[in-house]
Amino acid sequence: MTRRQRRATLISLAVAGLSLATLLVLFALRSGVDYFYTPSRVAAREVGPGVSFRLGGLVAQGSVQRGQGTAVMFAVTDTKATIPVVYEGILPELFREGQGIITVGRLEADGRFRATTVLAKHDENYMPPEVAKALKEQGVWQGDAKAPPSTSVNAGTRQK
Amino acid sequence: MIIETGHFALILALVVSVIQMAVPAYGVYYANRSLTSIAAPASVVQFLLVAAAFFALMTAYVSSDFSVENVWANSHSAKPLIYKIAGVWGNHEGSMLLWVLILALFGAAVGVFGSNLPSAFRARVLSVQGSLSVTFISFILFTSNPFARLVPAAVEGQGLNPILQDPALAFHPPFLYTGYVGFSMAFSFAVAALWEGRIDAAWARWVRPWTLLAWVALTIGIAMGSWWAYYTLGWGGWWFWDPVENASFMPWLAGTALLHSAVVMEKREALKIWTVLLAILTFSLSLMGTFLVRSGILTSVHAFAVDPRRGIVILGILAVFIGGALTLYAWRASSLKAGGLFQPISREGALVVNNVLLSTSAATVLIGTLYPLGLEAVTGAKISVGAPYFDLTFVPLMIPLLLALPIGALLAWKRGDLPAVWQRLRAVLLASLLIGALALALVRRGPWLAPLAIALGAWVVLGAFAEWAARIKAFVVPFDETFRRALNLPRSAYGMLFAHAGVGIVVIGITATTAWHSEAVLVLSQGQKLAIAGYEVVFNGAVPGRGPNYQETIGRFTVSKAGTAVTTLTPSKRIFDAPRQATTQAAILNALAGDLYLVLGDSQSDGGFVVRAYFHPLVRLIWLGALIMAFGGILSISDRRLRLGAARPARRVPSSPLAAE
Repeated sequence: MTRRQRRATLISLAVAGLSLATLLVLFALRSGVDYFYTPSRVAAREVGPGVSFRLGGLVAQGSVQRGQGTAVMFAVTDTKATIPVVYEGILPELFREGQGIITVGRLEADGRFRATTVLAKHDENYMPPEVAKALKEQGVWQGDAKAPPSTSVNAGTRQK
Repeated sequence: MIIETGHFALILALVVSVIQMAVPAYGVYYANRSLTSIAAPASVVQFLLVAAAFFALMTAYVSSDFSVENVWANSHSAKPLIYKIAGVWGNHEGSMLLWVLILALFGAAVGVFGSNLPSAFRARVLSVQGSLSVTFISFILFTSNPFARLVPAAVEGQGLNPILQDPALAFHPPFLYTGYVGFSMAFSFAVAALWEGRIDAAWARWVRPWTLLAWVALTIGIAMGSWWAYYTLGWGGWWFWDPVENASFMPWLAGTALLHSAVVMEKREALKIWTVLLAILTFSLSLMGTFLVRSGILTSVHAFAVDPRRGIVILGILAVFIGGALTLYAWRASSLKAGGLFQPISREGALVVNNVLLSTSAATVLIGTLYPLGLEAVTGAKISVGAPYFDLTFVPLMIPLLLALPIGALLAWKRGDLPAVWQRLRAVLLASLLIGALALALVRRGPWLAPLAIALGAWVVLGAFAEWAARIKAFVVPFDETFRRALNLPRSAYGMLFAHAGVGIVVIGITATTAWHSEAVLVLSQGQKLAIAGYEVVFNGAVPGRGPNYQETIGRFTVSKAGTAVTTLTPSKRIFDAPRQATTQAAILNALAGDLYLVLGDSQSDGGFVVRAYFHPLVRLIWLGALIMAFGGILSISDRRLRLGAARPARRVPSSPLAAE
């Protein structure tokens, strides 16, 4: 096999590999990603039921109801709009009213958000950046400029 | 005082690294030997100075010197000693100092062990390594000084985040950094080779052991991080496709590709230009990982630097080094002579497939990691790319890689013989399919793909042993001859056996735990029980407890299986004193067959507790497999240590017994 043929083989292999990967990536980016929405945008019906997305905001004061059993109901707010959330499972340690959180799940037909994952940070002063930004844009929360060394979004609990 | 000494040592290290960068380069240009010979001692002095600076900071942590801002912000006097030490790198400034320390260590290693490299080449390598040191030491001194004083000094520190106070996490960063920064060696060698315009098998012989060392450290570091996430975060996940995990995984993938292409280059002098590119890309991904993790643009456990200025500086550094190296590559790569020829069906060909798949998969991970950032910059939409994306892109690329692995390892160099390989692998294929069928018969639930994936894992493990059996001619020659051959095989052959078998074991572990895990969430009052995966778990109530720097509520559970008591498990919820944070401590019953994983949740008004139980079958195999891979790497390094260095020709390793037949 000549050098040229070998090069052609190598290049076609690489091209084949790359195009396969490109196809996979394009396909996966259509279906495998979650968009982030604030309660206001959900209230404005920007997203329909059955679509997986991330809902972020503050846990509304006085909204947390622990039913009998493992289901928990609470509401996520950006002060302009409030979305009720149902979650079954163990909440992260720092989940509490007034805390900035992100939940992942889908809207149900009745307008409640069924969360499969609740992410709160293992840090008292934590505000998820998406939530902080959305709240800042609405002038609700100014944030403290000197945030402490921060930690984790995936330190939450999830439910398969 | 010792802090000022450390600061001063770091400034001196900057001066020395400027000398290390500039003087040898000047010396190479004017062919002045006395100038190039400065490189090696400079690298050693630089390392000693950085080590002194690091030691000074560590002293401040151990003695809880809260007049140092960094110590005050990240430590606490009541913390156990090990976490005081780990606190050094549990923050942005200290971890950058650790980064530079390891960089200087690798530079000094070239200085000390590189006496058999051509002196001009060594000077070039050390000059490039020096330029990295200059950049990162300046970065520390000008934007992230860990030696800044706090005036007035504080009485007590703010403490380290409790979820970081964990033995696995204490040693996770040093391993990870040794991996990240270890790839700088391959980078410096690649740039030096481009600069010199010459490259040969000796280059690969030098680069391989160092890359292997970095790869081993990175493998262990990633495994530790995954293990930590598994038992700390409280829901038993072991990999999240979190951008920060990806940041360490991309260099690992590229580094794995580099190890394999360097083999081709060492043995056959082929793929030179590609190997050089891969060396540049691997370290570029490490740098990018540092940027992603340190810039604070990602939401993550690791995002320390909230100062956006630092992010921009790191981005600038990234642009200069990656852009510079790639420009140099584009300009000079054609001057590197191409090497040996081979047929597509050959060991080389198989390793090309390996490289294509590994680097493409690294690229898909890169896209998944950067796409949200790009999309937000362009459209403002915020998205998260999670497991579904990676399941659809990364996994399909791994399947052909794993299928080809045993075949490629059995092919001869230069020209392979597929029918002969088939003959050796027939039995392996049959056995793997049987194992898959056995898994199906045993479990009889879950996705239909799972038994096939188990078979794939078995195929890789058994294939690795088939390759070994072929080398020692098991069952072909008399037993004592086989035994003699097994003893005489070079250690790197055993390294390959373990590394490949480790991959298969990881695949089996991932498959089993993903497909067949089970979980139960219940509210339990004292005396109530739950059943999961054949275990019966009885809740015996919760009691308060007190640790060195936390209060806790401990749940007590007795676990029995088929009527016989197995163990008691005590998951707990902790509240740390400083900073005042709560963590969940899962209790795990470790068994090779699977982990029983208990989490104590919130208490209910009626005195019950939410209890979450998981069963993760074969999950241990994931970390065990990773350790076996790392062990294989260590075996291989111990083989090459004897001929670490390029000048001597390699001992002729019977690299391909098949070819000789």
